[in-house]
Amino acid sequence: MAPSSLPLRAAILSLLLLAILLGAWELAVQPPANTHGARVPGPSKIFEHAVNELSDPFYDAGPNDKGIGLQLAYSIARVLSGYLLAAMMAIPAGFVIGMSPLWRRALDPYIQVLKPISPLAWMPLALYVIKDSATSAIFVIFICSIWPMLINTAFGVASVRRDYINVARTHELSPLATALQVILPAAAPTILTGMRISIGISWLVIVAAEMLVGGTGIGYYVWNEWNNLNLASVIFSIIMIGLVGMLLDQLLAYAQGLVQYED
Amino acid sequence: MSDSFVKIENLARRHPAPKEGAPLVVFERVNFSMSKGEFVCIIGHSGCGKSTLLNVLAGLDQASEGAVIMDGREVSGPSLDRGVIFQNHSLLPWKSALKNVSFAVQSRWRDWSRAKVREHSQRYLDLVGLGSVGARRPAQLSGGMRQRVGIARAFAIQPKLLLMDEPFGALDALTRGMVQEELIRVWQQTQQTVFMITHDVDEAILLADRVLLMTNGPNARIAESVMIDIPRPRERTQIIHRPEYYAIRNHLVEFLVKRSKTWREQFPDDDDAREPVLVRPGLDAAPAARTDSPH
Repeated sequence: MAPSSLPLRAAILSLLLLAILLGAWELAVQPPANTHGARVPGPSKIFEHAVNELSDPFYDAGPNDKGIGLQLAYSIARVLSGYLLAAMMAIPAGFVIGMSPLWRRALDPYIQVLKPISPLAWMPLALYVIKDSATSAIFVIFICSIWPMLINTAFGVASVRRDYINVARTHELSPLATALQVILPAAAPTILTGMRISIGISWLVIVAAEMLVGGTGIGYYVWNEWNNLNLASVIFSIIMIGLVGMLLDQLLAYAQGLVQYED
Repeated sequence: MSDSFVKIENLARRHPAPKEGAPLVVFERVNFSMSKGEFVCIIGHSGCGKSTLLNVLAGLDQASEGAVIMDGREVSGPSLDRGVIFQNHSLLPWKSALKNVSFAVQSRWRDWSRAKVREHSQRYLDLVGLGSVGARRPAQLSGGMRQRVGIARAFAIQPKLLLMDEPFGALDALTRGMVQEELIRVWQQTQQTVFMITHDVDEAILLADRVLLMTNGPNARIAESVMIDIPRPRERTQIIHRPEYYAIRNHLVEFLVKRSKTWREQFPDDDDAREPVLVRPGLDAAPAARTDSPH
């Protein structure tokens, strides 16, 4: 017997586990002969539902009846707007904090206090000040994704090796050129790590935020389907949330690979 | 020396005292000069302040007193006129070998076209024998190759003065010998003025025109300036058979082992800002009649 490769054996094991899990689930939810009532739907039901939903993911039949693809698109759009806004502020600010011990010390207490606040705690304040629920959800994403990027950028910039800075100095690079050509690429892997943590947190938070603000988005959809007692749809949404989250993470992992360097 | 290209005048570096007490003096009353095209090595024990001295020459560190004058102008801050090769290659790890060189070339000649920068950089990579591995990143090169890329980068910008801080310290003996030869070759082709730190006596004799001896720190001084009177081209395997070689080597080793500690006591208060004594142990040894040196 030829020894098969590790990835192949791992894939086989994965599929086996999936089969066992789904089989056990299907068996567990089989109704006993003499009872009736609501039960958690089995994998077969959910699969059926998924095929149905995914055959037309972008239909729009009014406020409470939109395709799963459309709902996910709303959520992704919100996550990306809040996230990109946060990146635009956190990365330059992190640069300043990382380069200046004075700013680092001055801002540290604020960061330490603001960082552990649950982003949803900001929601009432955001709703009151912004007066728009969709924008408030974006603000919540902004506030939750800013911290990992800010802290990682500052840390990455502060720990750029002295040698690289000296190389920049002996080559008479201007401060801007030093920042862009030396510090940024040197700190990029650390910054990308922060960005990857942030996108993960954003995707976690958007579901909760949309359950609060309602209207559109995958969080609202899950809650709405729960109100409709459509559990197959709820479970299907949960799986879709997981898949999209994985996709976002993989995107950032890919970007991380691009800037990674071996010392 | 009236034709001195680089002149170091009464240089001192002190760190402020932690609390009361006297400030810590790294080195003081350092005076020496270098002429154009000269290869000068400085040797001394670890911690005597050689690297601090080099950083002051590079403009990366500031002297507490005195001045470094190069080509008639005082050094203030780092400049492309002074190339530096650091102890640990210090290549930018996210750039390929060629990009590491061309980044330096581009910052030297900002108006050059991309093609010209590339061609110039490639020429210097070829010069250190790495023309074919330009696309590799530093992590994919051996220690010796990285150091050679560092040499190519430093020579490519054609600085007026090249500063090297123990450039071969991290290399094994065989690789070091090879890179040293590479360095001699490039140096002979470019006639660069070089100031190099080492604590390898044989390396100093092989490479230098003149060796400065630094006493132990703190309060380090430059004790002597030793001419290496061995004709070039020098071959590692040839020079060891010359009588001058051992006279010079013994002189240097004796300084490192004994006199680097006691020199300050012998000359406690030489306040005058003069250049270190020039000694030529090689000349004394050259005559066929071997007499004991007068030292």
